[in-house]
Amino acid sequence: MNEPLIHEAKVFKGISASPGIAIGKAFVLEDMDLAVGRWQVPPEAVKAEVSRFRQAVSDTRKEMIGTQQKILKLLGKTHARLIEAYLLILEDPLISKDVVKNVRQNRVNAEYALSEAVAGAVKTLESASDEYFRERRHDVLDVGRKILLHLLGHEPRNLDDLHEPSVIVARNLTPSDTIHMETQFAEGFATDIGGRTSHTAILANSMEIPAVVGLHEISRHVRPGDMLIVDGHTGTVIVNPSPDMVDNYRREREIRLAERRDLERLRDQTAQTLDGRKMVLAANIDAPGETEGVLANGAEGVGLYRTEFLYLNRPSLPTEEEHYQFYAKVAQSVLPYAVIIRTVDVGGDKLVDLGFPGLSKSEPNPFLGLRGIRLALKHPSLFRDQLRAILRASAVGKVKVMFPMVSGLEEFRAAKALLGECREELRRENKPFDEKMEVGLMVEVPSAALVVDYLAQEADFMSVGTNDLIQYTLAVDRVNDEVAHLYEPLHPAILRLLQQTVKAGHGAGKWVGLCGEMASDLDVTPVLLGLEFDELSVSPALVPKIKKAIRDLEFSDCQSLTQEILKDPSRDNVQRLLKQFQKR
Amino acid sequence: MIERTFTVLNKMGLHARPAALLVQTLQKFDSHVRLRRDDHEVDGKSIMGILTLTAEYGSQLTVLAEGPDEQAVIDGLGQFFANQAHEA
Repeated sequence: MNEPLIHEAKVFKGISASPGIAIGKAFVLEDMDLAVGRWQVPPEAVKAEVSRFRQAVSDTRKEMIGTQQKILKLLGKTHARLIEAYLLILEDPLISKDVVKNVRQNRVNAEYALSEAVAGAVKTLESASDEYFRERRHDVLDVGRKILLHLLGHEPRNLDDLHEPSVIVARNLTPSDTIHMETQFAEGFATDIGGRTSHTAILANSMEIPAVVGLHEISRHVRPGDMLIVDGHTGTVIVNPSPDMVDNYRREREIRLAERRDLERLRDQTAQTLDGRKMVLAANIDAPGETEGVLANGAEGVGLYRTEFLYLNRPSLPTEEEHYQFYAKVAQSVLPYAVIIRTVDVGGDKLVDLGFPGLSKSEPNPFLGLRGIRLALKHPSLFRDQLRAILRASAVGKVKVMFPMVSGLEEFRAAKALLGECREELRRENKPFDEKMEVGLMVEVPSAALVVDYLAQEADFMSVGTNDLIQYTLAVDRVNDEVAHLYEPLHPAILRLLQQTVKAGHGAGKWVGLCGEMASDLDVTPVLLGLEFDELSVSPALVPKIKKAIRDLEFSDCQSLTQEILKDPSRDNVQRLLKQFQKR
Repeated sequence: MIERTFTVLNKMGLHARPAALLVQTLQKFDSHVRLRRDDHEVDGKSIMGILTLTAEYGSQLTVLAEGPDEQAVIDGLGQFFANQAHEA
């Protein structure tokens, strides 16, 4: 029997850019060397050199626009927009003016002047502290490379020769490379450069194929046809793996695929424990565009729509109509579910430009200052248009309203009175709204949690904002490293306030939710169930995980766990009980 | 010359797409526009310049506009920065 030729397996570590496992043969995209020489252009040839450069830029532009049209057809707007950035780089004064200037003044060849301009921009971007901006140097390099190809009269490289399922290995992939690719043959990507925001990453995610980027020199070490494993979960690429490795990865791929199918199946199922206790699982959003993710992840509506963004960075207040457009859009797009709109919760320091008297840019203690409902009640004109718009939106969808930073009964009553005035106005104007729209409040100031039984009588629902509740109750600024360790979501004081809030709500026949970060902590999910919260609201992407966790729990176990915890809520005991619960 | 400061509210910062939109907005005007973040100042019509500002979420950008339509530039940018947060 002939032994097959055995290659040593080589492992490369990079950045995981798109999850999944690909096992297949390598297709290596050849790269061209960008080194260019410098030479002197005779004075009489400078003019021709400049026009040669301009011709190359214009040819590059034509090629890019052609690519853009194709991408638009194949992949849609978001991808086509990437080319827009390329076109702008092409027209950037740093290229269009500086290169020409360099050619004229120093009489150097266009290739050299171009490579200098590109190198300068790349150098500045390289020093950026943010990964995203560092990554953009590749866009500049790619545009430079394309112009250079035109200057040198080379044919642009592409993926035309990909005719069988392969893992694509390249220095880098740009939209103009991948546009030629027959997508059904691409099993995975492995590239030398790139980060999580590179074209390779974006494309791989939208095609749902695994990708690892930032592998440094992998394109030099892989030969066409080599066997490859791309593990998009861990950012690992194995070249010429042993048969055992291939078997292991095949098994893992099956498991992962099964998990994903489970999550997709979850989308249409309710968040219900094994013994039938239901939890409403909703999502938090900041902008109307996020509602797509809400439904795609199987959330039952929006549990917290933050409206602060409508107010920031503008010289005047948003009009009622602007508010209405946004709220109506969200309300309609989450039907048949409801959206809970939280009225504006900004600090007065953010609104100084709007010219309200008494607002100061430097409150000594903004977290204890003029913000949330206090600000809204002090300046009703800030608030009235928003309330009218929320009411009007209740005519086109299921809308609930919720007031932030309420510290006691008077504030809640004052806000409701203002809402009542707006209702009266709309009635007079014959504008439709839902007369039964639910009105609730955020429980996030400790004083509200302490008088929550009174509030529960007058509110239709309550939602606990744990981030603020914890920081105010424990007097801890989580961002301050010196005290961050004292920020304990399961501190006995917090547990007591949570329990009290749910009990008061249920005692008055009202539902109680939780929309803070605590709702996304899987370790705490059993405790929140045990405390008998009716609704949890988390960011859309986390909905499937929380739902799965709930569906795997017994409500009775959660109740016993919570009882145990409340008997001795010291930190060590709580940690011990939670660990024990996870292991059971 | 008019000077005004804006806050970047796009969650991913002033990255390629918003930067591109910003340049496209500014290209419509005749005024000379500079953008400044801390000590770093760039041409507002240069996308590479804007990217080198690395304006992340929450950073403050000062706009300096000078020319015949400088007021329109500031108004246009006001719109731009007010709208950015609604981008998904």
